[in-house]
Amino acid sequence: MPYVYIDGKKFEVADGQNMLQVALSLGFDLPYFCWHPAFGSVGACRQCAVMQYKDENDEKGKLAMACMVPATEGTRISIKARQAEEFRKSVIEWLMVNHPHDCPVCDEGGECHLQDMTVMTGHTYREFRFKKRTHRNQDLGPFINHEMNRCIACYRCVRFYHDFAGGDDLQAFAAHDHVYFGRYEDGPLESEFSGNLVEVCPTGVFTDKTLKQHYARKWDLQTAPSVCHQCSLGCNIIPGSRYDKVVRVLNRYNREVNGYFMCDRGRFGYEFVNSPDRITNALSRTDRSSDFEQVDDNAALDAARKSLGEAKGIAGIGSPRASLEANFALRELVGQDNFYSGDSERQKTLTDEVLTVLRNGPARSASLHDVEQADVVLILGEDLTNTAPMLDLAVRQAGMTKPAHNAKKIGVDHWHDAAVRELMQGERGPCFVATPTRTKLDKFSTRALRASAEDITRIGFAIAATLDDKAPAVAGLSDETLAFVEAAAEALREADRPVVISGTSLGSRHLIHAAANTAFALCKEGNAAELAFVLPETNSLGVSFLDAPSVDEAFEKITRGDIDTLVILENDLYRRIDRATVDSALNRCKRIIALDHIMTDTTGQADVVIPVAAFTEGDGTLVNNEGRAQRFYQVLSPGKAPEESWRRLLALAGANRRNGTTLDDICSQLFDTFPAFGDRLRIAPGARFRLVHQRIPRASHRYSGRTAMTAHINVHEPQPKTDPDSPLAFSMEGYHGKPPSSLIPFFWAPGWNSVQATAKYQAEVGGPLRGGDPGLRLIEPRPDAARSYFQPEPKTDSSGNKPSIVPMYHIYGSEELSSRAAALATRMPEPYIAIPSADRESHEVSEGDMLSLTIGNREFQAKAVVRDDLPTGTIGIPIGLGPFVGIDPNASVEIARGVTS
Amino acid sequence: MTDTGMETPLTKNIRDDRTPMTIDEYERAGGYQAVRKALSDMSPKDVQSLVKEANLKGRGGAGFNTGMKWGFVPMGDDAPQPKYLVANADEMEPGTFKDRLLMEGDPHSLIEGMICAAYAIGASVSYIFIRWAYHLSAGRLRKAIAEAYEKGYLGKNILGSGFNLDMYVHVSAGRYMCGEETGLLNAMEGKRATPRAKPPFPQASGLWGKPTIVQNVETLCNVQHIINNGADWFRGLSKTDDGGTKIYGVSGRVNRPGAWELPMGTTAREIIEEHAGGMKDGYRFRGMLPGGASTDFMIDEHLDVPMDYGEIMKIGSRLGTGTIIILDDRTCPVGMLENLEHFFAQESCGWCTPCRDGLPWTEKLLHAIEEGEGEPADLDRLEAHCTWLGPGNTFCALAPGAVEPLQSGLKYFRDDFERHIKDKKCPWR
Repeated sequence: MPYVYIDGKKFEVADGQNMLQVALSLGFDLPYFCWHPAFGSVGACRQCAVMQYKDENDEKGKLAMACMVPATEGTRISIKARQAEEFRKSVIEWLMVNHPHDCPVCDEGGECHLQDMTVMTGHTYREFRFKKRTHRNQDLGPFINHEMNRCIACYRCVRFYHDFAGGDDLQAFAAHDHVYFGRYEDGPLESEFSGNLVEVCPTGVFTDKTLKQHYARKWDLQTAPSVCHQCSLGCNIIPGSRYDKVVRVLNRYNREVNGYFMCDRGRFGYEFVNSPDRITNALSRTDRSSDFEQVDDNAALDAARKSLGEAKGIAGIGSPRASLEANFALRELVGQDNFYSGDSERQKTLTDEVLTVLRNGPARSASLHDVEQADVVLILGEDLTNTAPMLDLAVRQAGMTKPAHNAKKIGVDHWHDAAVRELMQGERGPCFVATPTRTKLDKFSTRALRASAEDITRIGFAIAATLDDKAPAVAGLSDETLAFVEAAAEALREADRPVVISGTSLGSRHLIHAAANTAFALCKEGNAAELAFVLPETNSLGVSFLDAPSVDEAFEKITRGDIDTLVILENDLYRRIDRATVDSALNRCKRIIALDHIMTDTTGQADVVIPVAAFTEGDGTLVNNEGRAQRFYQVLSPGKAPEESWRRLLALAGANRRNGTTLDDICSQLFDTFPAFGDRLRIAPGARFRLVHQRIPRASHRYSGRTAMTAHINVHEPQPKTDPDSPLAFSMEGYHGKPPSSLIPFFWAPGWNSVQATAKYQAEVGGPLRGGDPGLRLIEPRPDAARSYFQPEPKTDSSGNKPSIVPMYHIYGSEELSSRAAALATRMPEPYIAIPSADRESHEVSEGDMLSLTIGNREFQAKAVVRDDLPTGTIGIPIGLGPFVGIDPNASVEIARGVTS
Repeated sequence: MTDTGMETPLTKNIRDDRTPMTIDEYERAGGYQAVRKALSDMSPKDVQSLVKEANLKGRGGAGFNTGMKWGFVPMGDDAPQPKYLVANADEMEPGTFKDRLLMEGDPHSLIEGMICAAYAIGASVSYIFIRWAYHLSAGRLRKAIAEAYEKGYLGKNILGSGFNLDMYVHVSAGRYMCGEETGLLNAMEGKRATPRAKPPFPQASGLWGKPTIVQNVETLCNVQHIINNGADWFRGLSKTDDGGTKIYGVSGRVNRPGAWELPMGTTAREIIEEHAGGMKDGYRFRGMLPGGASTDFMIDEHLDVPMDYGEIMKIGSRLGTGTIIILDDRTCPVGMLENLEHFFAQESCGWCTPCRDGLPWTEKLLHAIEEGEGEPADLDRLEAHCTWLGPGNTFCALAPGAVEPLQSGLKYFRDDFERHIKDKKCPWR
């Protein structure tokens, strides 16, 4: 731990850092642009200039860029030295030479790092009197607006997009003061992480196009800490609202989960909450052939209550896309024996298996941060880019772990970004990918293998058996597969921090076993191997903790006549189970009460539809794929949107309940009932938590025009609504210091109005949030557990010549809710049926043909797409697109004759 | 070349019509003897020490001791492989044409120098990074390289020594920035020609992350002569402490613009008056840039200073490439500087802020002054740029070089600037 000196003061600092990191971690305000805690230093912008002195006798010193000065023993810098201050001022003045003076009307204004740094350096008067250089902007698609004139050429965009996230279609073009950051031609940015440009860009070159449609200044947003609902990873987010509408989503730093970044589905998928399909009124009808009538909420609740009272048998069907509280409230309403998890039997089996493996095995469930730090990665079956995008980004970072370690050996610190990359020349740490189809991660892998789900399973078992001879072996692998197995096993054996990634998207329980065996075998080698499983939905794992039977079991009881009334919570059953089966079950039910925030095929079959809050309108707890319980909070003020499901369900339970109806009430019951969830107050403080007797405001003190918002109705300022569920206030008033990490509604610090203020909330720059990162891990490995390996399935006889399904996933389109988001929907592919090029002739199909096929008993039609990466004997089905919902990947599939061109 | 009676190892083979020697002719003139000697009688370290002792300073402009530079290359069995040698033939410094003379006139000389240098650092792959405009040089080098392969001076197991070396000509798209050694390496790797931070130096992490030496053409052409004749001989060629001869050049209103190989440390007065034939009739000498556009002006009082690295440094300029650009009394110094800053602003790679946005500002200020739209405060702003764009403040040496003529111009020709601003016009127009 070296000692360094800043402006004459001595500090002990961590090893292997640079002086900018050190200064920021110590709380100094030192301006910067090109440096980013996630990307390291390149020394381009020259904004963090300081005076550096050789020793205590050196009074002259020299200008140096703090980001490029290693914090080694005895390093002496001055931030306050006049020469350094003057130079930093000059840098701003140079940047302003071509920067437009449009702050008052700029999208970025008020959240602009350039604005902050300009003020910080004290540069106020511009002496440049010549014409500014101008650029043409590009249409970069539905997510990102491009305004190149604002560019200060810090190169962060390309360093994020290309170097960090591995995208190819955003580049630096031209040279000198014409340098241009864009695509080679207009068109949507291809990276799944393009939205991060909005936060990475220190000024307003790349801004959120979905926000731009609303007339809202960034300091006028009401925000709350939230959790993304659009995959199982649970990235932390900050949705912002204005005029009772959600207008954008920003990343919320949580080092253990998503760090500084999020994916475009998460960032832009929020728009479903503003969808015209939102259920804003309770609906009711007397019989299902007639149309719904809008009814009063209370009338709907009364009707529901009456139905429940008259029911012969009730089933409450929960949902993996609803909060723990919502599911638990339903369980409370219908009783433990009548509560069903909301997953299909098929999915439930898989999710339960994941939970069992993580709970009882020796391998630790990996957070996204853990995956980033892994030195060897094995991916079995998951197309991460499309099923868990941020896990894909984490794997891309893991590729740098080993090279950065090697660079360190010749004295190049990991923060010296350009030098590390020049030295390593694209070398990446070992990463092995086995998937049925091409994935975007192939390009970053050591080896990528195409195989069927069954073969991938056998690969996993074989790797485990290679690592540990006690693990069951599999025979009959092809040479290509064997080579993959041996290379992967060798790399894993050498690894210090290996991670095995798999998931449920291929619908194979044996695949989970194969991944588990591999990780278990690695643990046996004395390593701390980690496991990450991708699950389909935001609360898949949380619902599994509730240990309730599947929807299929409820359906069986319906068929037997034991159940005639359904309460369906935020769940479109048609997305889980075959349409005919759902239809037949629902038709048999006398009464169906559906609670949801958006119209679905299932709400379309209900008798009573009760509108409930979307994730931005209510509070709740979710458990992500890591087993981390995380709280999300209401963004919109109460009264502007329907109440949370759990509150509605508690209201339905009504008089029978002894307890109140706040979040704390239901949480304490939930956590008492399920001790596995641990201490609820370790997830987030209760509603009565106060700091200096004050609540934590959802808007910053910079919030303006709060009276203007309603002035056309009444010039008096309305009383802010009280939040009974959390310590957050629907107001700009309250405690303006740093709240506990789970309650951070926005990042702001004096002089730091942009997202760069995050540093002020961290224990050290790029490190955990002060007081620990939000969320509570519910699952820890059992390193000493008696290790029992799973047995492989016997190889199936594939000579029957029946094709099998390869489920294909799309970041835009496979997830239910984000598909209803306006901007995102424009990026969804058309439904298709994918045919392996090898089977094109035997199927007599060419690209673009309209094709009919049957899956199970159901017929589908879509255009044929011929793909050279699909294993022969398979048919690729795009899960979630158009009619392709409720597909069982293990169902039989057959192409119908009579192809039309 | 005209025979002056002095020893001219670099240009002795160059004919008046510049047709280069074939390999046979070159060998007959004593060529490739140094390769034979080094490979059979000397260890790589011996070559390094000899070159260091000869005090051969880098002729690209920086003037660093070549042998010492080679000494930082990791040697031995543990050293990363392959190591690279790159001849910097980007020669884009305004007013500079010395490397072109060498490559067009005696391509084998560069190849021989490179083989010796590659042997000294244990490089097995070498490149000649040449600007696109030098197509004649590139063609002659390719032909010469083919001849050298045929004779066994390049390729595997050269002259039975076990030493392997491949050599390629890499024609670059050409930018001033490519002359900066790390910008050159990025360009060779197919990346944007932006400079790299040092450390790590190219000797540790250069081309494709491997140990690399980038050396100017003229520097390399000296190596075989040092091996053949020894360090004392080489130092004896010079009039001063810096060893060897130097190709000096003169452009501007002189009677005989050109380039001449002269003892290191020849004065500017001798170069201009004896070799370049003095100023043209009707033109008076006002000042000169001693070594390309990126060096400080020298004026009358400096004409008797020996032109070597150390001596010129003492008077606040740099020898640079040693090719003089003369400013005469009928040329506006403000206009000349505007032209120079236009070049530098355009050639900035756009990587660091002061260079990218500062140089265009100086160009615009100079343009305004030249057009009679200057303001008195403009001179302060120009001077501020000269300070802020100094060494260490910008990412690489481009901007510090760009403000060298400006800062000295402001010092020596201040009256001219002030007249432009006061009279609101250029007095030369």
